[in-house]
Formats: sequence, C-alpha cells, structure tokens
Amino acid sequence: MAVKTVIEAIREGMDEEMARDESVFLIGEDVGNRGGVFLASDGLYKKYGELRVIDSPLAESCIIGVAIGAAVNGMRPIAEIQFADFIAPAMNQIIEEAARFSYRTAGDFNLPMVIRAPWGGGVHGALYHSQSIEATFSHIPGLKVVAPGTPADAKGLLKAAIRDPDPVLYLEHKRTYRLVKGEVPDGDRVVPIGKADIKREGKDLSLIAYGLMLTYCLEAAEKLAAEGVSAEVLDLRTIKPIDQAAIIATATKTGKVLVVHEDNRFAGIAAEVMAIIMENAFDALDAPVMRLTGPDVPAMPFNHVLEDAFMPNVEKILAKAKELAAY
Amino acid sequence: MASVKMPQLGESITEGTIAKWLKQPGDQVKKYEGLVEVITDKVNAEVPAPLAGILKEIKVKEGTTVTVGTEIAVIEESVPATAASRTTPSPKEGGEVAIAAPAAAPQSVPSEPEGEGSTESRTRLSPAVRALIEEHRISDAELSGITGSGIAGRISKKDIEDFVAKRTQPATANGEQRKTSAPAAATAAPTPGTTIPLSPMRRAIATNMLKSKQTIPHAWTVAEVDMTSVVRFRQKAKDGFKLREGIDLTFVPIIVKAVVEGLKAVPVLNASWSEQGVVLHKDINIGVAVSVDDGLIVPVVHQADRMSISGLAKAIDDLAKRARAGKLGIPDVQGGTFTVNNPGTFGTILSYSIIAPPQAGILAMDAIVKRPVVIEGDAIAVRSMMNLCLSFDHRVLDGVSAARFLQGVRRWLEGFSEQVPLY
Repeated sequence: MAVKTVIEAIREGMDEEMARDESVFLIGEDVGNRGGVFLASDGLYKKYGELRVIDSPLAESCIIGVAIGAAVNGMRPIAEIQFADFIAPAMNQIIEEAARFSYRTAGDFNLPMVIRAPWGGGVHGALYHSQSIEATFSHIPGLKVVAPGTPADAKGLLKAAIRDPDPVLYLEHKRTYRLVKGEVPDGDRVVPIGKADIKREGKDLSLIAYGLMLTYCLEAAEKLAAEGVSAEVLDLRTIKPIDQAAIIATATKTGKVLVVHEDNRFAGIAAEVMAIIMENAFDALDAPVMRLTGPDVPAMPFNHVLEDAFMPNVEKILAKAKELAAY
Repeated sequence: MASVKMPQLGESITEGTIAKWLKQPGDQVKKYEGLVEVITDKVNAEVPAPLAGILKEIKVKEGTTVTVGTEIAVIEESVPATAASRTTPSPKEGGEVAIAAPAAAPQSVPSEPEGEGSTESRTRLSPAVRALIEEHRISDAELSGITGSGIAGRISKKDIEDFVAKRTQPATANGEQRKTSAPAAATAAPTPGTTIPLSPMRRAIATNMLKSKQTIPHAWTVAEVDMTSVVRFRQKAKDGFKLREGIDLTFVPIIVKAVVEGLKAVPVLNASWSEQGVVLHKDINIGVAVSVDDGLIVPVVHQADRMSISGLAKAIDDLAKRARAGKLGIPDVQGGTFTVNNPGTFGTILSYSIIAPPQAGILAMDAIVKRPVVIEGDAIAVRSMMNLCLSFDHRVLDGVSAARFLQGVRRWLEGFSEQVPLY
C-alpha cells in the first residue's frame, strides 16, 4: 500500500487495465502525447502507442460516437471528455444511443464503455470548467454514474467501470485530483459499482456526500466531534445505481440526515436521497432530512467571492449540521 | 410596554397554571402568535399574544399557578408606522392589555406552519421519538416531565435516550446504598417503588376533587330503576339507529334525557351554591364523564334540554371521540350545570361520585343487571335493574328534593315506551 493522489490512482487504474486487457483503449482531446490536460494519461501514449491512446478532434460527439462504435464491436473504450462542461455536444450520442443500446437490442448488444469526465468547481474554472453534471445524467435510465472521492475508490471504481458491460459515466472531481491523498491498496482491487461506503462511523447524525464534498464532510465531522456531535459520513461513491440499503441504514441508525452536493439544488441527487429516506426510513427519523447544495444559478461564477458563495464548504456544512443536531 | 395578564379561560375558571412559555424574553412575537400555554381545569390552552412586539419579561415561571388577571409577562410593542394607531392601547386601559380567551381549542388557533418558536415543536414528536416512547413504555406523564433540548423545546431522540438511561439508574443507585447502609435500616423501610410524575391533568383532577370534598357537604342517595322497557326498546331500535345515524344508541343519551326531565321538575338541582344565594341555571348543560388515557374529562352537552335522544346521542358521541383524541376546546368542558357519570359500563352497582364544583349534583348510572323482582300482583319476574346514585350538595338542596328528582328520573325511565320519540 502506498499513499497516492486521486490523479495518480486514475492513471494507475487505466494503465493496469490497458495492460490486462488489449481491448481497452483511451480516446480524448490531448490525451496522447500531451498526457491529458490534467496529466491523467501521462506516459500511457509512450507505453501503449497511438492506436490505444488516441488524440481526438475537438468534437465530443465524435469522441463518444467512436467509443460507441468500438464498444459495439467488442472493444472497451475509455472516452475522456476534457471538462464535464464540454459534454453537451455529445448528449445525443450518450442519451439516444449509448444509454439505450442494450434496451434497443433487447440485450443482444452491450456497450462496455467508460466516459471519464473531470467535473466540479472550486478551482476558479468559471463558467466552462466548473459545472456539475451528475443530476442530468443520473436521470437517464441505461447509464451508470460513479463519482469517487478517494484515491482508492477512484482506482477501484475505474476498474469496475472499465469491466462493466454497460456505459458508465465516471466523474472525477478536479479539485480532488491533487488535494485528496490516501492509501491505495496494491494489486487488482475492484470497488463494486452500486455500493456506498461508510467513511466515518457516528451515531448522532449522518452526512451523505460524494466526490469533493466527501472530503469536506469528513473535515466537518471531525470538527463536530470536537463539539460532542458524533457524525456518520456515508460516501455514495456510485450515484446510479444508488445504494438504497446503505442510505436507509444510516438514516435508520441516526435519525438525522444531511445530504451535501455542489450540483444545483433543484431535482439534484439530494432530492433523490431524501425521497429514498422518506419512503423507507420515515419511522426512524428524528428531524426533517436536510440538504446543503449549490444554488440554482446558471453556472459556477469566476469571481472568487461569488464562487465561494456558490460552493458548499466545511464551514457551511458545519453550520447546517449543527442546525440538524440541535433540532 | 404592555402588561399581559392571565386570561379568564372560562366563566368558572379563577386561576391558571403556566405550562410552557412558547417565547422567551427578547423574542419577537407577532400579534395572535402563541405566547404561552396555560393549563386550566383539564384543558391546555395556547394563549395568543395580544399585540406584536418583543417579549421583555416573563413574570410567572412555568409550573406556577396564578389567579386570573395576574400580570404574567411584559411585551414591548413594536410600532410599525402603518399599524401604530392599532397597537397603541387606549387611555382607558392604561397600558394594560387583557388577553382575550381563545374562542376555541389550541388546535384551531392559527399558528405558523413551522419555524422557530412554533408551539407544535414540543408537542409534535418525530417518528423516531414515538418509536422510542413505545419501546420503553414511557407514559404521557413521564413525557411531560422530559425537558426538550431541541429547537423551541422539541423533544429529540437523544432526550428520550437520556431519559431512559436515567430512569434505569436509580435502581442501581439504591442497590449500592443498601449495601452500605445498616441492615436494620434496609429492612425497616419499604423498598422504594417508582413515583409516577403528575401530569397536568392528574394535578387538575386532584385539585378539583380536593376542593369539592373540602367545600361541598356531599349527601348521597340511591334509586333503583326498572330498566326493562328501556332495554327492550334499545334492543329493538339500536340496529336501525346505527344504520341511520352511523353511531351506537347507548343507554347514556336515554339516561341524560331522563335526567333533563328530572331537572326540569326539580330546578333546584340544576343550580350552584353561592354566598349570595342559590343560583338557578336557565340552561341545562349536562357534563358526561369520559375516561381517557391518563385520567378523566367531563365534556359538556350544552342546552341538553333542547335536544332529542338522537341529538343527545350524537352530541355525546362527538364529545367522547374528541375527548379521547385530545381535541376538546375550552367551551366543550365548561358551563356544565349537572353531571352524568357511567361507571356501570365497568360493572359497578353502587357509586359515590364527587360533585364537580360549582355544580350541585352528579348522577352515576350503575350496571344494568337482571334480577328477580316482585312486581304488581305479587308476582316474581326477571327484570333489568339499575341503580341511579345521586351525590348532591346539601347546602343547595335537601333529601326531599333529591328524592323527588330521582323519582322523576325513575318514572320517566320506567314509563319508557315506543311512543317516546327518538327524534
């Protein structure tokens, strides 16, 4: 075991899978010689060559279209969208084709493809480099959506996504790339899709999050502990299919739940988590389920003050959690 | 500054107990917003703020009982430009504002649906809290003794868990004590049991019963009534009645009807004692005792003398249901002029009831039992017999009047036939 960053874990995951399975290849903007804008694929071009690490034109619909075609012909493509914000031109390919392919062919064909997309804000990326897209894509049946928050989960879920028979949208939070470090188990460890993980045990209230917000929630939980509030932190890891059992279990255990995400509030992932709790754990609740989310404004602003206002952070989580604890 | 006084929450109510302050000094209060919960005779009422402003001072602590008109709080008025003339007290009132008694039960007092200081915060229990109450068999009385640590005094899951933890502690504490104390002392004193904390209702019943027995010279008399005609009639009519009206035709409305007839004949029993004289009441308002979870409530059928048996049945059914649901308003429990009690449903044959002041009498219906009775012509027959036990205030009337009343009730019941209209 060694301590690694999230970006190192992702690079290692791709490397190991490409070494293990010749049908795995990478396609995206600047992923080749340049190694990707975040250096996620640094060194892979040299190691596996231009046929397996393909620099695409600046056309997301092309990246996804090529991946769909390759996948239906037995390859296992990893399609990188340079920034999640740029995924919109590929919406038609993803929703109309990739998500429905297995359904359309009555299961005769599967699309074992991964769409990697660096997402999220708090990096002064402004309107075109900061958005959250998970709620939009989680709404589409036929797609799996994962959003790891730690290096170990980033590597393990990437392996699971590559090996999965269906299209998986793999969201990697840009801010976690080099901010979040952690032990990554050696060897071929796969983290199953659809399993949430309790990152911290607690009994007074539950914080449910994923991606960057997991790190913030863990920090907030530490501060809450200093004030005598025992917070449990549940990392969803997979957004879809969501781990209902884990959500119900933590809600039943503590009776007080705060869901945190930086994506916009309306019809966000928190809304779904809250609905699951209300439908299944109502009798155990000791307070209304609460959520802390990004606001319903069109995009993450560039101005630092406004960006801070948009992003949930440790202080905001702490304040909301205290409100919940005091209820 | 305006002073808030203990309101008169009913004509016979002379004092009230502060159950809970819903606002704390420094809190902003809106006009008509719940300010304080007051416990009076068997009813909890939320008293609204008489004006908008800031609660400056609480003069009477929770749990304290004060007489009507006592200053309980001070509110500093907010004077919004538009409403200034409205909130300024008239010179006649001299800056004092008596709060009007709420017209209806707390449930109907308009309140904010949610938010800090909402009165429902305390009474509304979360599903988790309810489950724990069930699991640990926490009584209403115990619950009312738990201080909520949540927002606006809400009882949280943790509060219940702490309570349960503490509740089990005394046993171990006693155990340790016994080990260290002398053996003689341990055997001399009885093993300490549990003390059930007094709920506001228990306390109100205790106060009222004590006051009644200490101030009213009770006298007691019994009449034996042949209920055979009534029993037969009810047997025949009850199914159709249930079908038509959707409620059971019990003996209670029939007895209440008989009592009304008896009171009409002997008005001195529909009265109250006062130093100035015996006050005869114009209306006949019959209180009907209803047992509820942690005690007894006596809701009142107002102007029972204007109702048919069917009307009485409906009114009593409605009151009993609302009593058990805790949804009675103050008007529902005040203004009684006479009470009917029905211990007979529990099989009793002789009951000595305590009068509810300021009434002058209470009638207990005991069990209807079949007995061999000597009837006209010295024959022995099996008849449905019932004892009617009357407790009366001997200051107000004497045995003769009491007997005449019972006679009237008995005759009305024994003369019951299908000609007596249900409607």
